[in-house]
Amino acid sequence: MDGFLGTPLGHFLFVVAAILSITVPVLLGVAYLTYAERKVLASIQLRQGPNVVGPFGLLQPIADAVKLLMKETVIPSGANRGLFLFAPMLTFSLALIAWAVIPFGPGLVLADINVGILYLFAISSLGVYGIIIAGWASNSKYAFLGALRSAAQMVSYEVSIGFVIITVLLCVGSLNLSRVVEAQANLWFIVPLFPMFVVFFISALAETNRAPFDLPEGESEIVAGFFVEYSSMAFAMFFLGEYANMILMSAMTTILFLGGWLPPAEIAPLTWIPGPVWFGLKIAFCLFIFLWVRATFPRYRYDQLMRLGWKVFLPVSLVWVVLTAGTLKVMGWLPTGA
Amino acid sequence: MSFVDRTARSFLLSELVSGLALTFRYLFKRKVTINYPHEKGPISPRFKGEHALRRYPNGEERCIACKLCEAICPAQAITIEAEPREDGSRRTTRYDIDMTKCIYCGLCEEACPVDAIVEGPNFEFSTETREELIYTKERLLANGDRWEAEISARLKADAPYR
Repeated sequence: MDGFLGTPLGHFLFVVAAILSITVPVLLGVAYLTYAERKVLASIQLRQGPNVVGPFGLLQPIADAVKLLMKETVIPSGANRGLFLFAPMLTFSLALIAWAVIPFGPGLVLADINVGILYLFAISSLGVYGIIIAGWASNSKYAFLGALRSAAQMVSYEVSIGFVIITVLLCVGSLNLSRVVEAQANLWFIVPLFPMFVVFFISALAETNRAPFDLPEGESEIVAGFFVEYSSMAFAMFFLGEYANMILMSAMTTILFLGGWLPPAEIAPLTWIPGPVWFGLKIAFCLFIFLWVRATFPRYRYDQLMRLGWKVFLPVSLVWVVLTAGTLKVMGWLPTGA
Repeated sequence: MSFVDRTARSFLLSELVSGLALTFRYLFKRKVTINYPHEKGPISPRFKGEHALRRYPNGEERCIACKLCEAICPAQAITIEAEPREDGSRRTTRYDIDMTKCIYCGLCEEACPVDAIVEGPNFEFSTETREELIYTKERLLANGDRWEAEISARLKADAPYR
């Protein structure tokens, strides 16, 4: 077996299999995230949610997917055809390629690169291009307004996300995501860096255009925002990309603050559960908070959103970067670097 | 001092957290949705549903063709034609209700001196064509036969308040 994997073809097949073993669960996760979202929202609003298709409505995501695939892809006559079709593909593929550097367990990572977190940050920043292109290529005022809102929002919140990441990196001393997780073996970063965790999570909500920061889609004022002109597969790809981004942001939260694949404590029954399961459970917990927040809070006004990003989160995270760096330096806790 | 208080509250997200706690409690509350085709909500004895023409226990139809219902019907949905039967009693030869015109006000039921025309408990009588909603005398009498047990029980339950 080792001999076959050593050949170029064997290596190629191995990488393809590894990619599939990441993307397939992610896409299934996306499908059942939509189901979970509908069920959680329904429960909080004292409704039942989907319960007809299959037992407990468990086949509902599949029925929805089939419905979307059967529909016609409508391209508006004024749209720029190439870009119009390129935008959803860009959003979707960006949402998937970020998973390459996510460590699912000790050594369980597709690309164990030393700038993993920088890569994640870059990919999530590129996500805004899919939206801008979609908004511009649609040649519709609603789509364009949605795209502009989305771009401004994502740029604003990326700044504070950047500072949060810097704070975590100061404590780790490495940009490798596996090192970030291993550095939390004794104490998860959510404990010493709790305010940063809150800032990161709220910024993640804004970054993924989720409620209460879902202004780019703002149903009540700009219909559906940047993807108002999309239908069928193209719409499905935006939808998948958006939900994959939610899972990705939850995975980032888990890695940066909740100890990645590590169990909550190194005690016997907890350590029997394998790392990827812990990782999945923590992601599911973060996703539940995403849904819970959506069910609880009304949408922000646009100026409030900008105020929160620039006048609250930016100074707060900046102060915490300085505080953390100062504490680490003064107490001599600075990591020596891996 | 109020500034400190306000700032502390907003930085500790106290209001957001209390909102989240409220929705979390609702997560486990009993659901209020009725699973409609399988479960149905309760219906008052005064519910005004599909019309029916009732009969006496001996099988004789109650309607005496007085046309009070036709006269009072605000939507003019009822059409009655009448002539004496062979035994000399006055009966309708035609009793049509256009259900597409009917506004389900229940005035026909109020006007009827012999409790012949009533609005029963049935509300599931949608059809695929408009023609099926023009109810004839036969259809209304059949409705009466089908729903008689429930109609009479409901009339009895509501009688003390009439």
